[in-house]
Amino acid sequence: MRFINIIKVALRALRRSAMRSILTALGIIIGIAAVIAVVSIGNGAKTQVEASIASLGQNIISVFPGNFTAGGVRGGFGSASTLTVEDALAVSREVAGIVAVSPEMNDRSQILANGLNWNSQIRGEDVNYLDIRIWGIAEGEMFTEADVRNSTKVCVIGNTVATQLFQDGDPVGQSLRIRNIPFKILGVLTAKGFNYFGQDQDDLVLIPYTSHLKRIARRPNLNSILIQAQSPDQMARIQQDVTDLLQQRRNGREPDFTVRNQQELAEAATATTKTMTFLLTVIAIISLIVGGIGIMNIMLVSVTERTREIGIRLAVGAHGRDVLTQFLVEAIILSIMGGIIGIVLGIVSSHLVNKFVGWPVQISTLAIGGAVAISTVIGVFFGFYPARKAAQLDPIEALRYE
Amino acid sequence: MSAVVQLQEIHKTYDSGEVPVHAVRGVTLDIAGGEFVAVMGASGSGKSTLMNLLGCLDRPTKGRYLLGGTDVSDLDRNELADLRNQKLGFVFQGFNLLARTTARENVELPMLYGRRRFSSKEVRDHALRSLDIVGLSNRADHFPSQLSGGQQQRVAIARALINDPQILLADEPTGNLDSKTAVEIMGVFQKLNEQGITIVMVTHELDIAHYCKRNLIMRDGRLVSDTAVAGRLVATAEMQKILAAETEAKLTA
Ligand SMILES: Nc1ncnc2c1ncn2[C@@H]1O[C@H](COP(=O)(O)OP(=O)(O)OP(=O)(O)O)[C@@H](O)[C@H]1O
Ligand SMILES: [Mg+2]
Repeated sequence: MRFINIIKVALRALRRSAMRSILTALGIIIGIAAVIAVVSIGNGAKTQVEASIASLGQNIISVFPGNFTAGGVRGGFGSASTLTVEDALAVSREVAGIVAVSPEMNDRSQILANGLNWNSQIRGEDVNYLDIRIWGIAEGEMFTEADVRNSTKVCVIGNTVATQLFQDGDPVGQSLRIRNIPFKILGVLTAKGFNYFGQDQDDLVLIPYTSHLKRIARRPNLNSILIQAQSPDQMARIQQDVTDLLQQRRNGREPDFTVRNQQELAEAATATTKTMTFLLTVIAIISLIVGGIGIMNIMLVSVTERTREIGIRLAVGAHGRDVLTQFLVEAIILSIMGGIIGIVLGIVSSHLVNKFVGWPVQISTLAIGGAVAISTVIGVFFGFYPARKAAQLDPIEALRYE
Repeated sequence: MSAVVQLQEIHKTYDSGEVPVHAVRGVTLDIAGGEFVAVMGASGSGKSTLMNLLGCLDRPTKGRYLLGGTDVSDLDRNELADLRNQKLGFVFQGFNLLARTTARENVELPMLYGRRRFSSKEVRDHALRSLDIVGLSNRADHFPSQLSGGQQQRVAIARALINDPQILLADEPTGNLDSKTAVEIMGVFQKLNEQGITIVMVTHELDIAHYCKRNLIMRDGRLVSDTAVAGRLVATAEMQKILAAETEAKLTA
């Protein structure tokens, strides 16, 4: 039988029980939709993470207080913070292959200027911070090493702070008050936009870390230490050296710090998307299997219902192979149609996720091609048994079937 | 003429029920090319069973069946299918048309499963020609459910004819028809027979059997009578008589 005729017969049979066909394809529809959504969300996350890794700066290693690698209770960032400025200086002095080290302080606080107030992030950093983060000054200038040495009350503000507090007029040269302490504004940073977590990176006030320690936080310990390595291939070695050095400085006490590289930070950042992707994958696999079994079931029903038809076809000269192809094609069409509906549904739901959950999504043509392939394979795999059953019918017995 | 069909001590036993049914019990029969045979007999005497064996739809439990000289018991499933497709035309007792499929498409079916590939147009033309032979070309696009019993029967005949078979096997082709339509069908058969097709048909009606050339009678799975028909009826002539009678009835009414 010519292939076009086989398709025609298959479509007619499926149309005859349209509702049943759609319900049968539901498993495939959901499965494929989940596959498309998984890949879109995963891809979107990957692109974003890559972008945000790049925006962190190049070859970045961070040291946080608290130990996340040892077993037992997790301390969490900042709990029992014992990173000190001396630690940072020691790293800078003793570990080879380092471009820059910046001791970091981080607090939120209300700031006042111009009779307006705004809640913002107050970051204490060293002078080289902007170089590490590949960040530029839009207006004015960065504070100097002398400012760091003397804990001067100076700051550089992010674009958001500038627009919030100084709607008209140039902020450079003016001052703002943090916890009632006046800081002189030296410059305004270029706008960087939102990061992967949805945080506004421009909503910050940058001050020397020494000023932060002494005047804002009024505590001896750092929030973190930012380290930049010379090249990517030195990262692992430097990570190890920093760990060894800090451990040595702790004289055998339990490690109370964690050293992470950029890649690890990014991976931690995508943990939620990963969980979601995993769940969706599980849903996809389960519904594809269930969908396949549904197709097998309905094809078996169809073979039984159409026993006489099969008998007639065999009686007038159809080979078993013709009947097999007929039912196989029907199963494949059923699952491919499910696949196509699933693809559309997957694309639509990816966009909805993007719109309402805010996750970045990226539809991949590869995933669409893959989805079509998967549904074909399901059609063949689960359609084969019913089709073979039909092909093996005895013509005269099939004709007698009531 | 040489025998196209040779049955030698053919037996068929059905084992499906509780007790085995010995439906055909040793039939030996030669049918030559160009013959027109009627098989008669009581209900349950094994006529349909014999027809299914002749039509290569079923295999005998015992005995030899030579079709055109070849032993069909040597053939596999697919070879039998090709035989049914190319050499044999079968008209079933209960039509066996595909529902929700037009008359034309029903007729096309054997051609679609043939060894040779035809274009859609060739297939359609053949089907329409076949429907024309049975006088149904004006109903080509009707579904079986929209056709009368007689018309469905004729679609089934057209389907049996589409691949130009050597042998036409018909199981009660006139069983569901009024006598006028039955004579019409016999007219078709006689015409086909004149063109050289060998015909074997089952019938209950003695007068229908008189359109054939040879009558067989079965009883309890055996052939009990085999006679040449004397005073054979000619369908065209009988049709004239029926039409004349009809007009007369109308005039007097
Ligand atoms: N599939 C079957 N399984 C078991 N027994 C069968 C089967 N088909 C037919 N028979 C039996 O075989 C015998 C012959 O049946 P067959 O159909 O050949 O009769 P028939 O002469 O065609 O009768 P009718 O004139 O009623 O069509 C009957 O006794 C019937 O019950
Ligand atoms: Mg019968």
